[in-house]
Order: sequence, then C-alpha cells, then structure tokens
Amino acid sequence: MLYGYAGTILRIDLSKGRIDKSPISKEMTDKFLGGRGFVAKILYDEIPPGTDPYSEDNIFVAATGPLTGHFLPASGKIHFGAKSPATGGYADSNMGGHFGPALKYAGYDALVIKGKAEELSYLFIEDDTIEIRSAAAYLGMGAIETETRLKKDLGNNFQIITIGPAGENRVRFACISHDFGRQAGRTGIGVVMGNKNIKAIAVKGTNALSVFDIEGAYAKGRESYQIIARKPGFKGWTPEGTAGITDWVNEVGAFPTRNFQTSFAEHYKDINGKAVIDKLKITDKGCFLCPTPCGKYGHTKTKSGAAYVEGPEYESIALFGGSCMLNTIEDVAYANYLCDELGLDTISAASVAAWTIECFEKGLLTREEIGREVKFGDLESVVYLIEQMSSRKGIGDLLAEGVKVASQKLGKGSEAFAIHVKGLEWTGYECRNAPAMMLAYMTADIGAHHNRAWVLGYDIVGESTDVHALIESGGGGGKLPKAAITGKSRAVIDSQHTRPLFDALGICRLQMMELGFEVKHYQQLYKLITGVDKTWSDMIDISEKIWHLTRAFNVREIKGFGRSFDYPPARFMEEPVPSGPNEGHYLTRAEVDVLLDEYYTARGWDKNGIPTKETLKRVGLDALADAMEAKGTR
Amino acid sequence: MELKAIHENCSGCGICLMVCALENFREVNPSKAALRIEGRFPAPGDYRIHLCDQCGQCAEACPVEAIHLENGIYIIHEEECTGCMICVEECPNGVLFEHKSMEMPIKCTLCGECVDACPRDALQLVNNR
Repeated sequence: MLYGYAGTILRIDLSKGRIDKSPISKEMTDKFLGGRGFVAKILYDEIPPGTDPYSEDNIFVAATGPLTGHFLPASGKIHFGAKSPATGGYADSNMGGHFGPALKYAGYDALVIKGKAEELSYLFIEDDTIEIRSAAAYLGMGAIETETRLKKDLGNNFQIITIGPAGENRVRFACISHDFGRQAGRTGIGVVMGNKNIKAIAVKGTNALSVFDIEGAYAKGRESYQIIARKPGFKGWTPEGTAGITDWVNEVGAFPTRNFQTSFAEHYKDINGKAVIDKLKITDKGCFLCPTPCGKYGHTKTKSGAAYVEGPEYESIALFGGSCMLNTIEDVAYANYLCDELGLDTISAASVAAWTIECFEKGLLTREEIGREVKFGDLESVVYLIEQMSSRKGIGDLLAEGVKVASQKLGKGSEAFAIHVKGLEWTGYECRNAPAMMLAYMTADIGAHHNRAWVLGYDIVGESTDVHALIESGGGGGKLPKAAITGKSRAVIDSQHTRPLFDALGICRLQMMELGFEVKHYQQLYKLITGVDKTWSDMIDISEKIWHLTRAFNVREIKGFGRSFDYPPARFMEEPVPSGPNEGHYLTRAEVDVLLDEYYTARGWDKNGIPTKETLKRVGLDALADAMEAKGTR
Repeated sequence: MELKAIHENCSGCGICLMVCALENFREVNPSKAALRIEGRFPAPGDYRIHLCDQCGQCAEACPVEAIHLENGIYIIHEEECTGCMICVEECPNGVLFEHKSMEMPIKCTLCGECVDACPRDALQLVNNR
C-alpha cells in the first residue's frame, strides 16, 4: 500500500470528454516523490516534443506531494505545470491555500488535463464525481468574482481555482487564483487553463488519507507545532510575513527600483511590512495547517479605487513599490488587487509596466502608441497599463507578450532593460552586487524566479541562515564592497536542491527557510506518514535528479537552448548601480561567464550548459541520456 | 466547561479541524471535524469560528432521545442513534455534521484538543458556571 498518497492520478481529456483514474506507481513515488517531481516527469514523458505552449496539445498538470494534506506545519501546497507560455520550456508554479489538500481528500494525487473543451467550462470534482460543466455564466469575469460566485453556487466547503480575463485573453503571464488572494503566479500557467477553455476547478474531498503510523505521525505533528512556537521567528517573523524583509533588502541594496535602474528606494519605509499592518490589515490569512500565516488580508483606498485584497506580500511590494515606484502601500495594494482580479501575475505585470514607463521616458514608445502619458510612481499610469495588458487592448496587445517578446518586437535598444531570464520576468532582488543570487536567477529552470534558490543571505553574510535571523541582524545601510565572484556555485546548487524538494514533498518551505524548523523533523514526518525510510540526503538526491530532468526538458523544447539562455539582461552587465549601498557595482560579462563556468562544471554539464550523458546516468536518468544522445541533443 | 471562539485570532488554517478528526477518529480527514471555520471573503474579510456550545437543542430535537447530558457534555449514544440526522438540521450553530462514512452524526465531545492545538489562541475552554 502507498501510505501518504491518495493513490490515484485523475486524467481528463477535454477534447474526447474522457475521464480516467489510474493508480500511481510505486516506482513513480520512489523516483520522483510528488509535486514538482510528478510535474517534471509527466511533462517530459507526455508532451509531444515541439508542442506549441498555446495549443491544446499542451498538458496541464496539478500535482500534490506525499506530505500534502497531512498533519504537519503548512502542508497545503500544490504544484501546477505545463510547457511554459513564458519561456517555451519547462514551467511550474506552486500555490498554498487549501486546494491541494482538497484534491487529495477527494482521492487524487495529481490531475492531468489534455485537449480543449468545446466551450468555456469548469471542472467539478466531489470525491468520485467528476463533471465538466459549462462556465458560460463566468465568461470574462474577474478571478475573485468567479470564485465568489462559484462558492455561492456550490457551497463554502469547495476549494476553487480560477482564472481571470487575462487567462481567457491569452496573456503570457496570466496566473491561477485561489482563496481570494493566493496565486500560482508564475510562468503563465493561467493561460494554459484558459487555452483549454477551463475557467475554474472546484474540488471537495471527504476521504481520509492513509498513514503508515497514525499514532506516531499524530504525536510528531503535535511536537512540530510546539517546536515552531518556540522559534524566535514565530512571533518575530509572522506579524509582517514576507513583507517584513522590505527594509533589509533596501538596506543591503538589492531592492528593484525604477525598472531595476537602481537597487535602493528612498521611500521604502512607506511600503514595508509595518505599513501593511498599520494601513491595510484586517486579518492574518493562513494557508492549510500553517502556524505562521504570511498572508495579510486587508482593505485599501486610493484615488483609483478601493478594494479588499490579500497582501501585498514582498514580491508585489518590490515590483510595484520599487520597480514601478508606487509611493504608498495603499497604491501598491490596489495594483495588487487589480492584478488578482484580472488574473495577472503581479511580478510580471509590474515588470512589464515598469519597462513600458522606461520606454516612454526614453522616447522609445510615444504617448500616442501607449494611449496616454505614463510615469513612475503614478498609480493611474500603472492601473491603465494593467487594464490594457489584461485585455490586450491598444498597446496591451504588445505588453501581454511579456518584456522579452515585447522588447524584441519594439527593438530600439529596449532589450537591454527588459528584465528577465529565458522570457520570465525577474522577481524582487536586484543582484549587481549579489553574484550568487544572480547565478540563481540565471540558472532557474523556469526563468528568473527566486523560488528555486534564494542565496541573497549567502551573498550578504557569507552563510545560509533563516530569513528571520537575517532581518534581525539588520542591513546596516552603509556602502558595500564589491562581492567576490568565484566559489558561488555550491551554495546556489545546494539551495536549488533544498527549496524545490519542498515543492516535491507538497509542503511550504517557509517553516524551514524563514523560521529555521530543522530538516530532521521533515525526514521523521515523511517516514511516519509514508513508511518509507528515506534520509533527507536521499530526498535531496531526488531533487537533483528533477533538476537535471527539467534542464533536459528545456534542451528538448527550446530551439538552440544552452548557455546563451542563462545570461542576465544587459543592464546588469553594463550599467553600474547609480545609487544606494551598492553604488558603482555591476557584473561584467566576463564575471558572469566565470559564474556560469563554475556552475556548469559543478553540475556536470558541458560548457554550453547541456547535461552530460555521464551526469544523467549518475542521477538515474539513463533512458533520457540515451534518448538525448540518439537525437543529437547531447 | 464550554468552547469559546476568539474570532479575530483565527487565520483559517484549519489546524483545529485536523486535530478534531485525529483525536476523535484517528483519521487525517478534516471533513470529519465537529466544528467549522467560515471565511468571509472578499468582504468583510475575516473568519468566523462555528463551534458547539453544548446548548442541548440537539438532545431536545432527537426523536429517540439518543443524546445524553454527561458531565455538561451532550453525547450521542451510538447504539441508540437511528441516524435520522434531525439533530444536524436543528443545530442552531450548524456544527453537527453528516459524513458519508458514518451512520450517526459527528458532534463535539468537548475533548479540548482543538484548544490545545490552535497556534493562535483562537479557541478557549471556559468555565460556564
């Protein structure tokens, strides 16, 4: 018996109207654990090579992990995946909330959707009952409004994911929304749902999960909460959540400001975690079984409108407050709300807006082309751009492509300040004097995202430590010396294995990363729940295997993929930071090459960044190594 | 003793639901909990905890008198319960539950595990005398 898992993969072919429930294999769970591991394996095996990510041949996967839904801190994660609308390569995006556990209680570890429904539809899943229902009534409706309506229609005990108009309008950075403010934001995963004519998925599950040692797991779960309650971050980090890092990131000169022109925003105290609490917050909003809720639900009132909104969390603060220079937390929160309702990833949408404003300032886009004057720090400009891009109206048709494609189409040198890697917009850490973090962004499989590795603490203090300790230690705010370039790859690789392992286990990493909850407890919980005796080191090895698998997917799917796809934007290699703690610093192209050379060597990839046959075989991807060799991609 | 909710402390995480099901059924299955959390979103943007205050209306409603007051707690006697679920309908707080795996309703036994487990002190056991 497969303890811990629900035991079944639910497969739905929308074109054929076929629903299939197949048992999950022991081999699959042993080799790929779950979550991100299942996503990577299913995509590699089942997406026909060369598939257009916008076509109905793309596959949408939603996968939980062995620990999802079990009694341990923050076990509510689910992982979505597809061929990436953002990059054309591997995509996944994960989400907290309560949807993943509900899917598992309904009896399914993973959901695989192929084909396309004839009309806009939603999936109804209540234990054994699976139905594809019309969503015509929700056409063009906001993501939050759709969830509100569906909960009213189906009952409050359904867990629901939705897309907004952006997902219906083929916007490359459309997101999935859930629980009135949680998102699987990145890689354009929402447009994959939209292209399949799936507006929403509603799930209710009432089954028990099997547990190998129920008494032991119950006791260990209780102990885990007691341990976390004694961590300094339990009371120190929780009140502000992720927004609490805003001060520190500014004081170490890593805050994306004015479309990453600089790395320090003078007004950061007006948009920090304290501002969220003082000006917006109504309640803490927790994900499933989380003792330290980073979600802050509140209300904002601005000249552009008023709204209830979850957040803003740190990334939305960094991109709207820093990159777009919105001056107040109320303005940041309103832009955040608008993205949530229209179904846009706040990170990419803000990055696109900031790029557009810089294009206007430099005279590369005119008032006539944009439709109005746009300025940094102006909420009305940002609201206008968000509405245009979500609807693809006017300039929005260009902007909906994301900064990579939009800058390639516009040209005129705008590519230099299109801040992305591989086509995915960069998240909230400026890295011209943070080479390890820069390398993390450059080599993340989905593009410029911090989820895969967060090593800014390593850059600043030379060691990995929990974020609460970093915040407590303070940023100083003084001028920083230029960081060393060599010797960064090990820290990046370790982080790239550890953080995504949580995504494979189906749980939130923040208990460990932000509070320092030790990995030994996860190892014990895994054994008590599944009955499988894997050490943490064994699981890290699986995480490494998944890393090579997603790289191989990019090699297979992105034409000409290799080293040239791993460079940061020209701005970071040519423009010294003009102000703040890292004034004068940047990485030369030669220094970036040192980072890549060391990383590829440590990874067992060739100089072009392609995994070697020996490496693939070492991590247990023998069949893939043979296939790559046969096709000449290796 | 009775359960009391401090609504403003609740973050909707559902730890109380999980331990309720674990303590009473030894199951990882929050749908078998004997209390419920209502998220009121988007507006007014908060949580309400609905729990059993041992008011006894279930006992009054029970047509076969299968619900008995024992040390201040209303307990359903399994061997007397016919599974008619009238008590579920009559509960003023909506905290008696029907579940597909059970022939009798699920009702709070005032075990207090939810109080102990809540990391935010959103539930309390108070002396009602």
